[in-house]
Amino acid sequence: MASIPTNNALILSAVLMIIGTVGVLARRNLVFVLMSLEIILSSVGIAFVAAASKWHQPDGQVAVIFILVVAAAEVGVGLSLVLSIFRKWGTVDSDEISSMKG
Amino acid sequence: MSRRVCRDMDVPTNGAMPGHGCPGERLGERQVVTGLLWTIVLLPFLGALILIVFGGLMPKKLAGAIGCASVGVSAVLALVTTALFLKSDLNHVNAALYPWFSVGGLKVSMTLHLDSLSLVWMAIVTFVGFLIHLYASQSMYNEDGYSRFFGYMNLFVGSMLVLVLAGDLLVLYLGWEGVGLCSYLLIGFWYKDRANVRAANKAFIVTRIGDTAMAVGLFLLFREFGTLNIEQISLVSCRYGGEHALLLIAFLLLAGAVGKSAQIPLQVWLPDAMAGPTPVSALIHAATMVTAGVYLIARMSSVFKSAPAALLAVALIGTVTLLYAGFSALVQRDIKRVLAYSTISQIGYMFLALGVGAWGAAVFHFLTHAFFKSLLFLSAGIVIDAQGHEHDVYKMGGLKTSLPVAFWTFLIGAASLSALPFVTAGFYSKDAIILASWASNLGSIWFVIAGLAGTMITGAYAFRVVFLVFFGEQKIEVTHQPGSLMKLAVIVLAFFALTAGVLKGPVDRMLEWVVPPLPIARHTGESTLIAVSIIESILAIYLAYLYFKRWNWTEAAARSRAWQSIHRFLFVGWGFDWLYDRVFVRPFKAIAYGNRDDFIDKLYAGLAEAARYANIGLSRTQTGRLRNYAAGLVLGAIILAAVVWLR
Repeated sequence: MASIPTNNALILSAVLMIIGTVGVLARRNLVFVLMSLEIILSSVGIAFVAAASKWHQPDGQVAVIFILVVAAAEVGVGLSLVLSIFRKWGTVDSDEISSMKG
Repeated sequence: MSRRVCRDMDVPTNGAMPGHGCPGERLGERQVVTGLLWTIVLLPFLGALILIVFGGLMPKKLAGAIGCASVGVSAVLALVTTALFLKSDLNHVNAALYPWFSVGGLKVSMTLHLDSLSLVWMAIVTFVGFLIHLYASQSMYNEDGYSRFFGYMNLFVGSMLVLVLAGDLLVLYLGWEGVGLCSYLLIGFWYKDRANVRAANKAFIVTRIGDTAMAVGLFLLFREFGTLNIEQISLVSCRYGGEHALLLIAFLLLAGAVGKSAQIPLQVWLPDAMAGPTPVSALIHAATMVTAGVYLIARMSSVFKSAPAALLAVALIGTVTLLYAGFSALVQRDIKRVLAYSTISQIGYMFLALGVGAWGAAVFHFLTHAFFKSLLFLSAGIVIDAQGHEHDVYKMGGLKTSLPVAFWTFLIGAASLSALPFVTAGFYSKDAIILASWASNLGSIWFVIAGLAGTMITGAYAFRVVFLVFFGEQKIEVTHQPGSLMKLAVIVLAFFALTAGVLKGPVDRMLEWVVPPLPIARHTGESTLIAVSIIESILAIYLAYLYFKRWNWTEAAARSRAWQSIHRFLFVGWGFDWLYDRVFVRPFKAIAYGNRDDFIDKLYAGLAEAARYANIGLSRTQTGRLRNYAAGLVLGAIILAAVVWLR
């Protein structure tokens, strides 16, 4: 089959990374911050697959599986933390949770 | 009385070998005198220690007894030492106690050096001091701090003895500072009144200026000669001639003497120092401390002889001061201020004598002055006490019959001060000075004219006070008569003020060996001078009498504008206080006030302020917001990536 040029895949990865980073920085709702973190992790996965495809090695694909596992675990922990925060502060607005100020 | 010429080469200079020395000297004499010397010096210090530490615990009579006894025993021992010294063939005695310090080539040891010059001072300080202590034990009896007073007075006598008996210039400086300290403590004795404290501060600060100059002079002396031992310096400086270093040293020592002896331009402290008790004025500011400058110059005569410009300066300062103070004394109202200016004037005479090289005349005038000036102060004290602490001469009058002891003794003192011919001691000493200022090869007609004018003014102001206080009608009731000890002190002093003239011959002969006078240039005209001065002193007394009796034209002249402004000018001591206030005190205070935030401190305070602002700035980054911290992470990552990528 016709292969996709590696550059294009990497550009996609970069764009996704940027979207994820901006999301982490710009969203106030903690759940959306976690979602943006997922996007960053996905972009890293795409980069790995592109590299594996270029060099015809299976290592990249294996790495993606690892990343997905890590992402899943992290989301589990992160969502339980968000739940605790909601119980304590009654909100998940990260700007409101600034008692460490100063 | 013959004296062996026992040259200094014969005797080891630190006196470490008693019993050796000039052939013909009796063995053991040196040791006896050495022992006596140290006892004389240490007794007042012991008295001071006991009184200062235990004074509050002991009854007043005991404190007074200890205070007088320590100086009294010293006085007796001093007279014994005098007799021993004169009878023997000793030229001088060095008594070393212990080495004080030895630093970088400077070896100083605590030595006492007795020769004819220090003998005169030692005898006078202890004897007159003892009489004044006796007087004070009665006159100060009702005061608070009685034992403190005697402690300070003893400390003073001890320091003065250290000063005059010092064998090393640093030991002399120790005594110099000691007397300055005691002067401060005693002027401000009634410290609860602010004016007294200000006067004490003024005295200390003004003499400090002289002391600092003297210290610099000592540094230069050490640099020049490598030692501060007085004998060695005197020996070596004879061979010098007019070199710049010695000239500068002489001027600096002169500055020290000017400060301590209250000569122009550092004389402003003495009139205000009359704020202290009368015995203090008598002892410190008449008989002893203010003569320390005279002693210094006489002691360092070989240095001054090798620096003729400095010697001329001494004579000029003396001349100007004696006229300045005489004029100022003419118009004062406070009886003690008249006597203070009189002291300044008489010390001017001593400086004049020193400046023309008549060391003996200066020392003899010191001797007679000690007697009659302390006499004047003590009898003035009797008058002041009897009038309920009234100092103003114009408020007194007619005390001739109510206070006979005070009258006769004050009269004798004033007569001696005015150099009444032949019967008073002051005549012989003052005439010696005037003769020397004419005859010596450094003298000149101008000094003579100034000296004679001074005699006239002295007689005038002295007898002005006599007439105003003791004649005329009595204005204030006499509250109490003087006690017996006070009467004893003034009577003994009066006796000496009259008869001390017989000591002139012996004193002159004694001093010739230590401080040889400069050669005589003019041998004629002596009798004319003596005749003129005799006529003058009598004329001065008559003028004072006329002033007192108030001739008509003196009254009219007194009301004129010209006289009022002259009077004002003389009254404030020719405006020296005003001048110093404008030139030194006000600028200093202005600078101190302007710098009250301390601009140097601002540098260090600024550092602290900068740190504080940095802290405030950096604290702003601690927002507590997750997003901001995350942004920081991202920024750091980007910078790192950029650095790696751009390599």
